[in-house]
Amino acid sequence: MIPASFDYVKADSVDAAISALREHGDEAKLLAGGHSLIPLMRFRLATPAVLVDIGRLDDLVGIADAGDHVAIGALTRHRAVETSDLLAAHAPLLCHVASQVGDPQVRHRGTLGGSLAHGDPASDLPAALLALRGSVMAKGPDGEREIAADDLFTGFLETALADDEMITEIRIPKSGDAGWSYQKFNRRAQDWAIVGAAVQLGDNPGVALVNMGVTPLRAESVESALADGVEASEAAAGAADGTEPPADLNADAEYRSHLARVLVQRAVDAARS
Amino acid sequence: MTAVGTRLLRKEDPKLLTGEAAFVDDITVPGQLWMAMVRSPFAHARIKGIDTGAAASASGVYAVYTGADLHDMGLWIAPLPCAWPVTDDMVNPPHYPVTIDEARHVGDVVAVVLAEGRYAAADAAELVDVDYEPLPAVGSLGAAMAGDATAHSDLGSNKCFHWPLIPDPDALDAAFADAAHTVSADFTQQRLIPAAMEPRGVLAVPSVFGGDVTLYSATQVPHVLRVMLAATTGLPESKIRVVAPSVGGGFGAKLNVNGDEILAVTLANKLGRAVRWTESRTEAAFSTHQGRAQRQHIELAANADGKLRGVRVHLDADMGAYLMLITPGVPLLGSFLYTGVYDVPAFGFTCDGWFTNLTPTDAYRGAGRPEACYAIERAMDLLAAEVGIRPEEIRRRNYLAGGDAFENLEVPSTLVFDSGHYGPNLDRALDLARYDELRAEQAKRRADGNPKQLGIGLCTYVEICGLAPSRALGGLNYGAGGWEHATVRMLPTGKVEVVSGSTPHGQGHETTWSQIVADKLGVDPADVEVLHSDTAVSPLGMDTYGSRSLSVGGVAIAAACDKVLDKARQIAAHSMEANPDDLEFDSGSFSVAGSPDRSVTIQEIAFGAFTAHDLPDGMEPNLSEAVTFDPPNFAFPFGTHVAVVEVDEDTGRVEFVDYTGVDDCGTQINPMIVEGQLHGGIVQGVAQALWEEACYDADGNCTNPSLLDYLVPSPVEVPNITLDFTETPSTSNPLGVKGVGEAGTIGSAAAVINAVCDALSPHGITDIDMPATPQRVWRAINDAKGGAA
Amino acid sequence: MEVTVTVNGRSRSGDVEPRTLLVHFLRDSLGLTGTNVGCDTSSCGACTIHIDGESVKSCTMFAVQAAGTNITTIEGLAPGDGTLHPMQQAFMECHGLQCGYCTPGMVMAATSLLRENPHPTEIEVREGLEGNLCRCTGYHNIVKSVMTAAGSAS
Repeated sequence: MIPASFDYVKADSVDAAISALREHGDEAKLLAGGHSLIPLMRFRLATPAVLVDIGRLDDLVGIADAGDHVAIGALTRHRAVETSDLLAAHAPLLCHVASQVGDPQVRHRGTLGGSLAHGDPASDLPAALLALRGSVMAKGPDGEREIAADDLFTGFLETALADDEMITEIRIPKSGDAGWSYQKFNRRAQDWAIVGAAVQLGDNPGVALVNMGVTPLRAESVESALADGVEASEAAAGAADGTEPPADLNADAEYRSHLARVLVQRAVDAARS
Repeated sequence: MTAVGTRLLRKEDPKLLTGEAAFVDDITVPGQLWMAMVRSPFAHARIKGIDTGAAASASGVYAVYTGADLHDMGLWIAPLPCAWPVTDDMVNPPHYPVTIDEARHVGDVVAVVLAEGRYAAADAAELVDVDYEPLPAVGSLGAAMAGDATAHSDLGSNKCFHWPLIPDPDALDAAFADAAHTVSADFTQQRLIPAAMEPRGVLAVPSVFGGDVTLYSATQVPHVLRVMLAATTGLPESKIRVVAPSVGGGFGAKLNVNGDEILAVTLANKLGRAVRWTESRTEAAFSTHQGRAQRQHIELAANADGKLRGVRVHLDADMGAYLMLITPGVPLLGSFLYTGVYDVPAFGFTCDGWFTNLTPTDAYRGAGRPEACYAIERAMDLLAAEVGIRPEEIRRRNYLAGGDAFENLEVPSTLVFDSGHYGPNLDRALDLARYDELRAEQAKRRADGNPKQLGIGLCTYVEICGLAPSRALGGLNYGAGGWEHATVRMLPTGKVEVVSGSTPHGQGHETTWSQIVADKLGVDPADVEVLHSDTAVSPLGMDTYGSRSLSVGGVAIAAACDKVLDKARQIAAHSMEANPDDLEFDSGSFSVAGSPDRSVTIQEIAFGAFTAHDLPDGMEPNLSEAVTFDPPNFAFPFGTHVAVVEVDEDTGRVEFVDYTGVDDCGTQINPMIVEGQLHGGIVQGVAQALWEEACYDADGNCTNPSLLDYLVPSPVEVPNITLDFTETPSTSNPLGVKGVGEAGTIGSAAAVINAVCDALSPHGITDIDMPATPQRVWRAINDAKGGAA
Repeated sequence: MEVTVTVNGRSRSGDVEPRTLLVHFLRDSLGLTGTNVGCDTSSCGACTIHIDGESVKSCTMFAVQAAGTNITTIEGLAPGDGTLHPMQQAFMECHGLQCGYCTPGMVMAATSLLRENPHPTEIEVREGLEGNLCRCTGYHNIVKSVMTAAGSAS
């Protein structure tokens, strides 16, 4: 399986990357870790005419304390997120979810910004961003804007990012000592979640679902039930409400809905314990 | 010094561990062309036209050929071979390396591209424009049997053959007529993708002026392939050399004669350029045969105490779109084993083979025997429930010879089992698995309503290996013999060269053969070099499949050593002026009985045989002897496996708690290698039980061809395995050995599904189809509870 | 375009198309065929190498992305004096390989694992190798090999 030919542009700065995107429009794709894009290109399911390589923009790598939130550079690799002491102290859910992505080799190369920009509903990290009520900073020709997690994922593999915008930073509010859990259900360790449930307790509890619709989702009825302090089983009963889960070889919609309820209940129980 | 029976580390390993070993795709030659296949996206379609213009004029492209082009070029004189016409009236439609008028499965090759590079070939294949007229497709075995569409437009039916084995029909009817208990069950053996980690690949290197061609192929069967290449291409067999370099696993998937091999050889020969091709993993779902794909119906008749009276089986087997080398014979390899390890007075088996528009099937690790073992071992658990006794008890009551030791025992399927001793084997397995403790734990969890229920599954298997007595194969219409060849020669410097017709692809033959030779000739295993897998080096061989290498090929080597020793003894006696019968051979030296100071080493004899200055009158120089061994009987390894699983009733997920195997493969040469074969074999059977299935939609499209969706398990899910052994020597060969390459796979799937069903039995669930996916298990529980999700 | 990398301690260059996968650059351009290709979906790990000391699937990178990095392949693991690296030695002693096709990737993944977690539990070894598939061994002796190399064999 051989990717189709493309023109390669190596960007030396964020601005250079954005101007390359602007020049080539929807013919161009950003290449960061490549672990979402290259698999698609090998099957020629993606055939961008131009790849803009931002992989060496070291300014976009790093995890910093920014007061009420932790700021994570878009090119920070999953492995760095997984092992960050700062994140372990302020957003341990994100560390754990990062440790559940793919396999070690994938985590050594894949980037947080790349995973979020891909917006795959079956991917782990978007759910963590939703549950943690995080946001991304997006930079384009007209400057930088903040996009809340709730506004980022707009459709199947579609995001609110414009063709000439790129994620530069991910902002994760500090979750303090509040309980959290991520329950990932798959048949083989390295695989995508058949269903996943991320729960972050706190004043404003966050519950997000993996692979229960065309985008990463929040389970809002569960969140409000948790805010009201109801029992885990009762709160989880509404986990699949309003979702339109996909059907595939591993699970039909009915089974996915069932799994969502079971996993949310387990996640709430674990987060509360 | 004894080498046999020791855990000698493998000679093969350093090259493999450092990247030095060469697999086919690692070999490059100057001027090579890369071949890429243009494959049908339809399971069944008429080819109305092919436009190769854009591809032919693309950068780096050397040539593009359609099936009609190649046919006109006279590249083949016969279709791909099926060497096992199981009945006289078996239907065998022609199967060409590139199809000409009709595509009959997704991935059927319709054109080939040759280009100067890997990437250019892939690009050009996308430019070939084929005009297809889709035809109704036979997308499943069920659809084939229903017959609404036919897989081959020019055939009126999808039936390939009907094959019966009913030694005594009246006795069979009588066994069922007034049985106290009967069990009737239907099982599905899902289609599997063999998925050896090394994809298949070929490299054909021609010699224009020599008129010969060398094919490097990732194959288990270079010798068989060479014969078949001659038969299909018309090239003289003597001008074809086949080399299997390092081969990265086979599991049956590399024992075929494939279109790509014929294309590489003939195009290289025609064009005078080397031609290469390596399948991609996803392409392998279409370019390499698949396994299993059967539906089984089994009936047991038993007395009130559970003692078996008869076993009746009908099988429907999915051939896929074409017959490959031994496609129709695979289900029949299992036919003789549907009575398992049990004393069954009456037996009957019938099998129908059917064509579908799916990737062809053929041998996959166990080839017919895992299916048979699964059916009888699942059915025995059903019978135990019917009679109201435990699974181990139903087995004990029915073991051949009452579980006692036996030799050369004829069973109703007409085979003679070489040796067995089933009772102690079961006892040891139950002990090792702490079976009674497990049952207590299970009772506790049931009483507590624990959401994680324990399941304990038994399987006591027997298998048939060491293929095979050539006469027996002839009786089954198999197109070849079952012998194996070996040459053992002492070099002038005292080192030993062994030439074997067995063809390893991970089994460690070089190590095992060295151990046999070391003990026979009294030399260091490090002084034994094993040559194999190249028809120029090892011209005679029947290759490696069916767990035959040790019990046929290894025995041939031992016998060749004996011949070397016989000759050496004559030379030693001559040089020491002694009577040959007075000589003793020990640790590599001949000495005169009673005069230990008079001795000569085998190395000294080897040098003397080389110089030939002073040999007995009439004796030929050199110490090199050959043996072709044709076994008098098959070998029948057996064992007991105990799978322990935990079923999460909330999600349907099955996880392993433990897995225990007590196997008996007769005498062991290298216990470390034996254990490795079992570990891998067990996990392959476990994978069928829980994870793997090649899925097709109704139109015949494989929906999970890649390793993303076809779930070859990772280290995380598989069980930790505890092994022990009993050792009942075979009577089929002088080494007392039985095969072990497939045993693990044969015993494990039934053990796992028996465990899953055991866990679910409080719900009244008696069967779960393979693979027992979480969704399938959850749905069974949910349905049993009344269906509210 | 020209790509220069340091492979097994030596600077190596090649002229490649941008779409050239790193594993094909290593195998076809540099002749380092020890790194194998077992799939086309980043699933099997047979192509695992180290980039700047970390395990990476070389089928899921373009060669151009590796420019300037420090790469170790299976050919560069052993010290070069005819002996094996301790991980290779452990695989040999524990029969952690059969056909050997997954082995280079498995060994590279295992050495990367131990660099990050020098004394893993058995479960940590299994999880650490979740990205590497083997069809021969059932993983049993692979796990044992890695535990032995870590000095934590039970």
